[in-house]
Amino acid sequence: MNATAAGKIDLEKYGSLIALGTLFILAAIIGRPYFLQIENLVNVMRQASYAGIIALGMTLVIISGGIDLSVGAMAAFVASCGVLFMNWILQASGGNETLAIAGGIVVMAMIGLLAGALNGLLITLGKIVPFIVTLGTMSIFRYVSLQMANAGEFASHSQNFGELGMAKLFSLDIGVGVLSLPLPVATLFVLATILGFVLDNTRYGRYLCAVGSNARVAQYSAVRVGSVRFWAYAINGLVVAASAVLLAARFNTVSTPNFGLGFELDAIAAVIIGGTAMSGGRGSIWGTVVGVFMLQIIQNMLNMAGLSPYLQGVVKGVVIIASVYIQRQKQ
Amino acid sequence: MKKVLVAFLVLTMVASLGFAQATKVYKVGVSMPSATHGWMANANWWATRAKTDWEKRDKNVQIELKFSGNVNQQVSDIEDLLVKKVDAIVVFPHDTSVTSVVEKAFNQGVYVVVLDRGVSKEGIYDIYITNDDEAYTRKGMEWLAKQMSFKGNLLLISGTPCPIDTIRTDTIKEVVKKYPNITLLDVQPGDWNRQKSLSVMENYLQKYKAIDAVYTADDDMMLGAMQAYKESGRKDIKFFLGGGCLKDVIKGIMDDSNPLVKADVTYSPSVIATSISYAVIGVRGEKLNPNIYQVRALPRRIILPSELVTKANAKDFYVPEAPF
Repeated sequence: MNATAAGKIDLEKYGSLIALGTLFILAAIIGRPYFLQIENLVNVMRQASYAGIIALGMTLVIISGGIDLSVGAMAAFVASCGVLFMNWILQASGGNETLAIAGGIVVMAMIGLLAGALNGLLITLGKIVPFIVTLGTMSIFRYVSLQMANAGEFASHSQNFGELGMAKLFSLDIGVGVLSLPLPVATLFVLATILGFVLDNTRYGRYLCAVGSNARVAQYSAVRVGSVRFWAYAINGLVVAASAVLLAARFNTVSTPNFGLGFELDAIAAVIIGGTAMSGGRGSIWGTVVGVFMLQIIQNMLNMAGLSPYLQGVVKGVVIIASVYIQRQKQ
Repeated sequence: MKKVLVAFLVLTMVASLGFAQATKVYKVGVSMPSATHGWMANANWWATRAKTDWEKRDKNVQIELKFSGNVNQQVSDIEDLLVKKVDAIVVFPHDTSVTSVVEKAFNQGVYVVVLDRGVSKEGIYDIYITNDDEAYTRKGMEWLAKQMSFKGNLLLISGTPCPIDTIRTDTIKEVVKKYPNITLLDVQPGDWNRQKSLSVMENYLQKYKAIDAVYTADDDMMLGAMQAYKESGRKDIKFFLGGGCLKDVIKGIMDDSNPLVKADVTYSPSVIATSISYAVIGVRGEKLNPNIYQVRALPRRIILPSELVTKANAKDFYVPEAPF
């Protein structure tokens, strides 16, 4: 009896990992001979990480029973302010790159936190539905950025910031290719570890699930529902800022009409594939990480196989629906 | 027996080496935005046509097309093409964010052709090709001013806010400034979208009681704006001008079937096909014409002309098999 129960739990816990493994093998076959090349695998991880980092924050928001549509536009806004501030420090300090980058990152983190907090306040104090609030702030963040840049670009004047975007924590030539760990991928894993710990092992994490699954019951159990939900959005803002820093550094420029465009949809898709319930109350950070990589592997595999990009979008849609369908069956 | 086998093996190897050299296959990767509006749909069609034509003409040319919905996807596409070891790459950027990945491609020795919106760094491409944005609206606006007898009220519907759109709009304003009797009433973005342009025009019609001409940043939006005008039942507007030469608009000019639309300006979507051809020729180290005295086989910067299309020359620009 115990054994079967354990088996069931294992299947539930590792089901998404098994799916990822199966997909990986499928990708190796369909995308041969390119998919398994080390360079490609590193590319896949890095390509997945920008929207992937945002998906981590989105997981908390969705577990709390909400949604954040503003993340892509928020990333553009945060990055625009950050690059402007960085350029200003560079000029004011006579070209002190380290100071400029450090200052830029701090400013981006603060603005991200504030932007997320704005969403959180409007939702909790303002008592407006999250979908509406973030639909509104999505437009606000995007168009304030466009206004600031006159719809153009903010180019960073710091050479080192651009190098930071391409930075690798280590790089090892293993004969068949160069194995490396790009900074955004490392950031994804570090943030996933922290947020995973917060969600699974802290009081805040338990409250978050309680609020998402039934806010009224949580309230009667003396959980401060408003504050719990507020912090989900604020943390999400901070996480968005991390992604914005990395992406801005990668391009070393912020193109206001395009920066972070469509990230909200990619992030939500990854969260859903990762097994987090859209209605809130239940979910997992590492599930989201699996979802992030699954989406990117599918895209990379089809790209390598030379499938028409329009059909790639179709496959992506089918996978999202199918994975939710399978998870529904399981319940 | 062994000797024969060895000899046979050596022979096959030499033969295959020779064979491989004689038929070096050139792989060309193309990355461009997907069809979000009529003009880009035509550009996608031209890319597909260039691929089909080249692959039919020469089996040693392989062209792989990647259409992307946003710039992040585009960077991924280019990285994927580099993993596939393309010999040449043609990049029609969403915006200059692709600069670092284009630089990476160039430094890996890939032959790089960049289009239109370009990259933000010099010396990281082999060829840059673009349509002439400045002339695009300068020629259009000069023609329109003349039609208006250099006086009257003009409305403008611009595209999606971006650097190219700014160049075009600024040029129009500059030309208008030369003619004090022409008043530019308003400029609103229509996002290169027919529906958006239709609603912008509806608002214009409510707001402005006397309009002489409407200039939209492309034909898609011109059709939307004209729809709004027709529905309003008003009779004051005498001229509509778009740009980019959608085939229905060119057909109309050719047949003189619409008194409101008498001209168009080219901003050829075939620029992508031209670029693919340059990439193939360039990566093979060939010349356009052996009689040209140039140090470099192909020019570094190519600017395709924007031409005024009227009834007189419309048939030269009519491509009936294009989608739009």
